Amino acid sequence: MDDLMLNQFLLLSAILFSTGVYGVLAKRNAVIVLMSIELILNAVNINLVAFGAHNGTIAGSVFALFVIAVAAAEVGVGLAMVLVIYRNRKSVDLDEVAQMKG
Amino acid sequence: MFGAAEAAGAVEPGFLLENAYVVPLVMAASFVLTLAIGKRLGKHASWIGIVSIGFCFLFAVGVNVQWYGYVHDSEHAAESHAEDGEESHGDDTEDPAEDEDAARAEDPELPAGDEGALVVPAAEGAGPMVDGESASARGPPTVAAVAEEGEGGGEGHAEYTIEPVTKSVTWWTNGTVEFEVGMLLDGMAVMMLFVVTLISLLVHVFSTDYVAGDRRYTHYFAFLSLFSAAMLGFVMSQNTLQLITLWELVGVCSFALIGHWWEEKPNSDAALKAFLTNRVGDVGLLVGMIILFFAAGQTFDIIEINTLANTGDITHTALLVASLCLLAAVMSKSGQFILHTWLPDAMAGPTPVSALIHAATMVVAGVYMVARMYGVFWNGLVIGGSSINALAVVGGLTVLGGAGLAFVQSDIKKVLAYSTVSQLGYMVMALGVGAWTAALFHLFTHAFFKAGLFLGSGSVAHAVHSFDMKKDMGGMKQFMPKTFWTFVICTAALIGIFPFAGFWSKDEILAGASQLGGDGSYTAFLVVGSIGALMTAAYMTRCIYLTFFGEFRGAHHGEVSHGTEDHPVEEDHLAADSGHGDDLEAAHDPHAGDHGLPHESGPRILVPLYILAGLAIVAGFANIPNSGALSWWPEDFALVFEHLFEPRGGYFPSLTEAGPTGAVFAHPKFDIVIALSSTLLGLLGIGLAYAWYFKGLGPHGITQRNRLAGVGHRILVNKYYFDHLYTGIIAGGVKGPVARATNWFNKHILDGVVDGVGKGAVVGGRFVYETIDQKVVDGAVNGSGYAAEGGGQVFRIMQTGKVQQYGAILFAATVVLAGIFIVVI
Repeated sequence: MDDLMLNQFLLLSAILFSTGVYGVLAKRNAVIVLMSIELILNAVNINLVAFGAHNGTIAGSVFALFVIAVAAAEVGVGLAMVLVIYRNRKSVDLDEVAQMKG
Repeated sequence: MFGAAEAAGAVEPGFLLENAYVVPLVMAASFVLTLAIGKRLGKHASWIGIVSIGFCFLFAVGVNVQWYGYVHDSEHAAESHAEDGEESHGDDTEDPAEDEDAARAEDPELPAGDEGALVVPAAEGAGPMVDGESASARGPPTVAAVAEEGEGGGEGHAEYTIEPVTKSVTWWTNGTVEFEVGMLLDGMAVMMLFVVTLISLLVHVFSTDYVAGDRRYTHYFAFLSLFSAAMLGFVMSQNTLQLITLWELVGVCSFALIGHWWEEKPNSDAALKAFLTNRVGDVGLLVGMIILFFAAGQTFDIIEINTLANTGDITHTALLVASLCLLAAVMSKSGQFILHTWLPDAMAGPTPVSALIHAATMVVAGVYMVARMYGVFWNGLVIGGSSINALAVVGGLTVLGGAGLAFVQSDIKKVLAYSTVSQLGYMVMALGVGAWTAALFHLFTHAFFKAGLFLGSGSVAHAVHSFDMKKDMGGMKQFMPKTFWTFVICTAALIGIFPFAGFWSKDEILAGASQLGGDGSYTAFLVVGSIGALMTAAYMTRCIYLTFFGEFRGAHHGEVSHGTEDHPVEEDHLAADSGHGDDLEAAHDPHAGDHGLPHESGPRILVPLYILAGLAIVAGFANIPNSGALSWWPEDFALVFEHLFEPRGGYFPSLTEAGPTGAVFAHPKFDIVIALSSTLLGLLGIGLAYAWYFKGLGPHGITQRNRLAGVGHRILVNKYYFDHLYTGIIAGGVKGPVARATNWFNKHILDGVVDGVGKGAVVGGRFVYETIDQKVVDGAVNGSGYAAEGGGQVFRIMQTGKVQQYGAILFAATVVLAGIFIVVI
């Protein structure tokens, strides 16, 4: 993979990452925040795979596989927490989940 | 030292000489044993003491016999050694010392400082041998010269040394200074062993009768034992530290025994007075010994100190100051004038104790100490080269002062006490004029006749239960003829009637005063001594008259008056109370009230009297001179005392070589004029007193009629007002202002300091509480709390609880960090 291809992957990754960050910081719905986190992770995955292909190693792909596994677990736990919050509050609005306010 | 002794012919001291240190130890053991089991033995408690002192006496006799042989051997070894002088050249190690010493002998001007360290060890180690060695090293001509000098001095002996028998163990070590305990046995120690054990033995035997039934019988004998132990240890002290310790122990024992009947206030007062007066002089002893300790290069060794004093290695100033300090100790211990006041009061003790104190132990300790440290006194006071010195002056004053006071006493023991003061004056005076042997010889003879007199007075007092000659005695001759005769013999010896003991010793002192000294004579002291002889004769005649002649004035036994109100006005309160003490004793006397008139004492009192009277007759023959009018006397029997007991060695002033003071130690020769004149003065004194008392001649009652005589009498009765001076003016004058000053000091300074400290503590405490605790400590604690709270208040604003806000901050922070990361790198 040449540098031009790599740039395009990195650009895609940056767009995905920025979209994810925006979602995480701006969206109020907890499910959307979780999905945005997935976007951030996948942006990282794209980076890893792209750099792995660019350097001709599979280390990036392997690392991306680990990230996917961890992300799956994270989503599982995150959705479970969202579910519990919803059961308690009948809402998944993150602004309302502010008991930790000092 | 021992190598030198072997080279000189290996004179071995005998077994008893080597082990004489057991004598005081036996008496100390006797003290402990008597205290421990004495109470259970009851009246047999005295046996412990008697057996012990008996053993010690036999031991001391054995020591004296062996000493005789030892002296003889030393003399012969030196003579034979001097004859074949070749042999000694093999002794290389001694050569430097010999050469130095020879140089010194030839050139007396050689300054001591130039000799350096080489001589000092030689003087330490081989000091006593140096003379003999150098004589032999210089060969036959010098020996001849020495022998000539010896004959010139009337000695007839070649110069030889007698090595003292020493033995010591290290007690403890402090840095480089070794503190030792040990024995130093030379002629005078051997002589004193004999005298002390003999007198002590007789006193023990006498006491079994005299204090029979006393309530503190065991206590009494225990302290007699300790007293003997202390004195025996004292006379053979090897170093000055031991000397001081045992000197003090002697003082403590005398305190305990003088105050034996302490229930009577005056008795305990007398004991305290004796003790405290002695403290005054002991300061001098301590200071003097410390000066000597440092002057002699940090040593306590008596031989070493004396040797260094004789070689001139100690400066004359140090010796002078030290000997004056030691003189203060002699004045208090030996009852010399102005510190003698305790001694007559010490009569409050039981009579045998008085005999022991006055004859053999306490008071002769001072004289003995001077004799022991004679190298120091000889060089410090320049005894050989002057015609007046402090020691002789003190002695001379004491001779006359004591004798004067003896005239007005009505208590028989006080007459004897002042007589002792006077006789001790003779001894000190003799030491002061350089007649060392005469002083020790007088000590020797005086011990016997004075002990005899005291025990004789005790015997009389035992019969009449009083010591008051004027009130309770008189005519005792008919009741107690045996006591009377022993008393008369001892008196004759004290007065110095030919041929009794005192004649020889007193005459030797007077001869010394007339022949020794820098100008060839201590003339003033010859006069003093002669007047003293006259006075002694007179007061002793008065004493005998009042006690043994005339009408019996005492009450019959059944009606002994216990009251003391009607005592004569001049009677000292202490005398009255020693009478009290005897009443106490009378109450325990099983024979009290059995008979009407006084009667002769029992054998346990008489036998010691016989022995002492016998010795008072013969003791003087121990030192008959063979010079002057007595030059026909066979040499083998002449000057035995001097020959045996006078030290010969580097630690004693030399007979042949002039010391640093430029004077040679010399012996007085017999002078028929002095002998006759002193005897005549004695007879004159007896005659005057006889005319006055027996015949009633002379101006009786002159003290009432003549103002001057009255004043003189009053001065004597008041003992020269010394007691007034001490207790009235010095003690009384000092204690009031001192008490007030002390009170003021206590109130204003000490209390002020204490109060000030208290107040300061309160103020300080308040300051600490209010400022430090409340403000600083609590402030810090509270401040940290407030700070934490304030910080919390500030930081809680950031804690919105909104996860996305946290995330935004996190992201922003990450971006900033990333930016920094990129820019920096």
